Amino acid sequence: MKDMLTPYVTEDGRQIGEVLMDMHNITLRFGGVEAIKDISFNIQEGEIRAIIGPNGAGKSSMLNVISGFYNPQEGEVWFRGAKRPPMKPYQVARLGIARTFQNIALFEGMSVLDNVMTGRLNHMDASLFSQALWRGRAEREETENREAVEKVIDFLEIQAIRKTPVGRLPYGLKKRVELARALAAEPKLLLLDEPMAGMNVEEKEDMSRFILDVNDEFGTTIALIEHDMGVVMDLSDRVIVMDYGRKIGDGTPDEVRNNQEVIDAYLGVSHD
Amino acid sequence: MSSDFLYGIEVIINGLMAGVLYALVALGFVLIFKASGIFNYAQGVMALFAALTLVGIMEGDVPFSYLINAIFGTEIYNFGWTVPVLLAIALTLVVMVIFAWAVQQFVFRHLVGQEPIILFMATIGLAYFLEGVGDLMWGSDIKTLALGLPQGGSRWVEDMTVGLGGDDFYGFFIDKLDMVATVVAIVLVAGLILFAQYTKQGRAMRAVADDHQAALSVGISLNFIWVLVWSLAGLVALVAGVMWGAKSGVQFSLSLIALKALPVLMLGGFTSIPGAIVGGLIIGVGEKLFEFLIGPMVGGATENWFAYVLALLFLVFRPQGLFGEKIIERV
Repeated sequence: MKDMLTPYVTEDGRQIGEVLMDMHNITLRFGGVEAIKDISFNIQEGEIRAIIGPNGAGKSSMLNVISGFYNPQEGEVWFRGAKRPPMKPYQVARLGIARTFQNIALFEGMSVLDNVMTGRLNHMDASLFSQALWRGRAEREETENREAVEKVIDFLEIQAIRKTPVGRLPYGLKKRVELARALAAEPKLLLLDEPMAGMNVEEKEDMSRFILDVNDEFGTTIALIEHDMGVVMDLSDRVIVMDYGRKIGDGTPDEVRNNQEVIDAYLGVSHD
Repeated sequence: MSSDFLYGIEVIINGLMAGVLYALVALGFVLIFKASGIFNYAQGVMALFAALTLVGIMEGDVPFSYLINAIFGTEIYNFGWTVPVLLAIALTLVVMVIFAWAVQQFVFRHLVGQEPIILFMATIGLAYFLEGVGDLMWGSDIKTLALGLPQGGSRWVEDMTVGLGGDDFYGFFIDKLDMVATVVAIVLVAGLILFAQYTKQGRAMRAVADDHQAALSVGISLNFIWVLVWSLAGLVALVAGVMWGAKSGVQFSLSLIALKALPVLMLGGFTSIPGAIVGGLIIGVGEKLFEFLIGPMVGGATENWFAYVLALLFLVFRPQGLFGEKIIERV
């Protein structure tokens, strides 16, 4: 097995950097139920890191821990070389961790453009006074943010629907707008919770391509949860396998595929 | 033109101006309801409290003077200075922002995720609390609000329009204070809309109104936005309180203007700013016209109930209001 704590080069020749996010012995409980049991793993810069596992394995809980929606009872979260204290989700977002949701959380009443623009909120520092006068910093920022947003909209090929209220879009496009909003924040780490759930084959192919392109073009580090094993194995550099809140495998797709415990979990060997 | 027709127009103009004020009060409700799902029963009392505070500051009254005097046996009531109007308004706004912060910090922060009925009950408590604090701070006597706003009918409008009709027409009677109130309300509403559409904080506010979880994920602090909307509702309450207070004095009955906002909300929908404005205008014009046309046949005083009957009809036939989001139950 590769030494994962040092930078390495992937099979397709991409340079993977230092450790960006490091989870130490995370345990998360809801009352008496342990959703996550003593899990450690890391995410390195530039990687596409997947979390897989059967239903109820604790994958979404893990993503929620990373994005601050849950704070674990035990364990430490290290981000960019510093220990992260317990935080609110909006504070985590301000650190540069953007995310999408399993059940799409968009601003349904706003246009696609406005939705993507909200992703830029953390890149706006002009005072209210300056915004009111529309001078100096406010004007400059608005132009910069517009450019950044247009770039993302172009990249994800949603120009045609930029003025459409999100509530009217079909499911597949909503997923893409949500990705656009997360991307507009220029995150250091992008979390995708089942980006391909409920999509048809064609939409899945599109989404896979976008994820790879985002990683390639912007060098964005991505952590994703996905059910479709084929997609996961194609996309990701390293995979974490969870089952009943425990980590039962961690490594490259090939290593994980040949791991006996992983095979058992997926084929449904009884737990006792 | 027949003078009856001209009087009809006068009634409509007066109705529109009354409607603007109703809309203003309703706007305070909509702001808070959209962003947090809280129906703020205390909005009317906030208007009263804001007006009381403005008068108190302007006249240099000592806040809580009765309490202080009762405890320490002192005899202080007044600082002996007067504060200029604009400064007093600014200070009152500061008080309203502090109030907004306190409401969030001590009440609603602890009620996040509770049922709407519980949040509503909390605002009823808040209304009584604020009413008591208002009395305790500034005394419960009726105060006059001397902002130097023009009063009485406008002679200019009368002179300009007197020639339109026959000998039995004396020109439009339009209250100067109503005209000022209309202008101020229009400026305030335009300002609020610009703020919501084009500023960072406005965008964040709309985002929170739409989806809390998504708002969190793009780095918006819900707490901050809630303090912001309560502050804006405080600003709206101040303007409404000043306009109504200048008309009929600052006293407890001022808080009842909130009741007038209810039919406006039924018409306009609880979540729509344009709805609040249009609803307010419809109620204002509707009740004045109804009184003018039908009133004499039924013995008058229809203004007291017209708005509520109209609201009742809307509740039966179009419960989401004119502009409210449609209530669709998906099975």
